[in-house]
Amino acid sequence: MTPLIQVRGLHFQYEDGTKALDGVDFTLDPGETVALFGANGSGKTTFVLHLNGILRGQGDITVCGMPLGKETLPAVRAKIGMVFQDSDEQLFMPTVLDDVAFGPLNLGSTPHAAIHLAEAALEQVGMQHASGKAPYHLSAGEKKRVALAGVLAMNPEILVLDEPNTFLDPPGQSNLVHLLKSLPQAKLIITHDTHFAAALATRAVFFEKGKLVAEGPVDEIVQRFNWRYSALPADLRYSAQRRF
Amino acid sequence: MHHVHLDNWSHGSSPLHARDPRAKILALLVFLIVLATTPPNAALTLGIDAVLLVSGILIAGLPLGNLLLRAMVVLPFSLTFGLISWLAGDRLRALALVEKTYLSAAAVLLVVGTTSLPALLSGLERMGAPRMLVLVAQFIYRYLFVISEQAQHMRLAAASRQGDPRFHRKGRFRAAAGALAVLFARSYYRADGIHRAMLARAFTGRFQLLNSLRFRFADGIFLLAAAAFLILVRVQ
Repeated sequence: MTPLIQVRGLHFQYEDGTKALDGVDFTLDPGETVALFGANGSGKTTFVLHLNGILRGQGDITVCGMPLGKETLPAVRAKIGMVFQDSDEQLFMPTVLDDVAFGPLNLGSTPHAAIHLAEAALEQVGMQHASGKAPYHLSAGEKKRVALAGVLAMNPEILVLDEPNTFLDPPGQSNLVHLLKSLPQAKLIITHDTHFAAALATRAVFFEKGKLVAEGPVDEIVQRFNWRYSALPADLRYSAQRRF
Repeated sequence: MHHVHLDNWSHGSSPLHARDPRAKILALLVFLIVLATTPPNAALTLGIDAVLLVSGILIAGLPLGNLLLRAMVVLPFSLTFGLISWLAGDRLRALALVEKTYLSAAAVLLVVGTTSLPALLSGLERMGAPRMLVLVAQFIYRYLFVISEQAQHMRLAAASRQGDPRFHRKGRFRAAAGALAVLFARSYYRADGIHRAMLARAFTGRFQLLNSLRFRFADGIFLLAAAAFLILVRVQ
C-alpha cells in the first residue's frame, strides 16, 4: 500500500535561529486518522505547514506518490486540504460562496463549475443556507464548517486540521466530531484535546522539541506522556476548586 | 460603527437593492455631476434633487432619519469651507456648498446602503477599477470587523485593570497607544496567516472571482430614467 504522506529526515529552522523540526520521519496511510500531540512550540504546526510546501525545510516529503517540489506544488496543494486554527484567517472572501469557491477557481475550475463544487461542499457540511452570508456573520462553529467546506470543495485526499475544536462550545465540538467521522479522507489532526482525538484518531504521534518522539494508539500515547487535563496533581485540582 | 449599519441596510429587498451595482454607481455619478454643476442660485433644482434623494431612501426602505444623520459626517469639512465663503461675502455660494456636499454624502450612503460591499466592489471592478485596489478595499472591509472586535476586547481588558478614569488620563493615553501598536502587530501576523491560508488553497498570485453580476433590462431602464430626469431638471 502506497502511503499518502511520507516524510524522511525533515529539518527546519526559523529565521531567528529557532530549531523547529529536528529530523522528523512520518508516514500516513490511506484511511488513517492520526492525532498530533505535543506541547505548544513543539513543532506540530510547523510540521504540517511543510506538507503542502508553505514552509520549506531540509528533508524528503512525498505526497500521494509525488515528491514535493516546485513543479508538484499545485498538485500537492490540491491533494492536501488544510483547515487552520483561526477560521477568520481562512475565510477572507466577502461571502461564504466566494470563499468556498476560492480553491476550485485556483485549481482551474470555471466559475460555473466552482459554484457547483462550492455548493456541494457547503451541503456536505450542512451550511448550504449560508452561501450568501458574509463570514463575519457566522458563529465560531459555522465558520469552522465553512472553512472545512473550503477545502472539501477542492476534493482533497488528505485533511489536515490544526486544533479544529478551538473556540467551539461542547455541542459545536460534538457536531464537528460527527462531521469529521463522516468524511472519507485520511486526516491529520493537531489537538490538545485527548477525548476529541480518541473519538477520531486511529493512531497518535507525539512531538517534543521538534522531534517526533513516539507513535502508537491514542490511549497508549496519552498514558505514556500523561497527556490529559485530569492528569493535574490532586493538590492542584483542589486549589483550583477553592480559588473559584 | 458605520460599516455595520451599512452592511445591515445593504441586505434589504427593495427595488433599489435589486438593481445591478453598475447601474447604481453610474446613476450616482450622474447625480454628483449634476449637483456639482448646479449654479448656487438654482434653489429649485437643488430642492428637486433633495426630494429625489429622499424618495430614493424611502423606496429603499432605509431609515430616513438615521441615514440623514450619518450624512452629517461631511458637515465639519463643508461648514469650514462654507464659513470661509460666508465671511468673504458670498452667502449664496456658502449655503449651496454645504447643501451640495450634504446631498452628495446622502446619495453615496443611499447607494452603499442598498448595495452589499462585495457587489459594489465587483461592480467597480467590472467597470474597470484596478483589481488590486478593489482587493485591498475588500480585505480592509472584511477584516475591519475582526480588528474592531479585537480593539473592543483590548479596551475592556484595559478598563478592567483601571482605577478611577478621572485620575489616570496620562495612563489611559499610554494604554491606547500601546493597544494601537499591539493591534498593528497582530494585524501584521494575521496578514501572514491569511496569506498562508490562501497558499494552502492553491493561490498562485492571481485572484479568480466568481463575478456573478448580470446587467438586466430593468437596470438599463433604471439608469436611463434616473439620468434623464436629473439632466432635465438641471437644464430646465
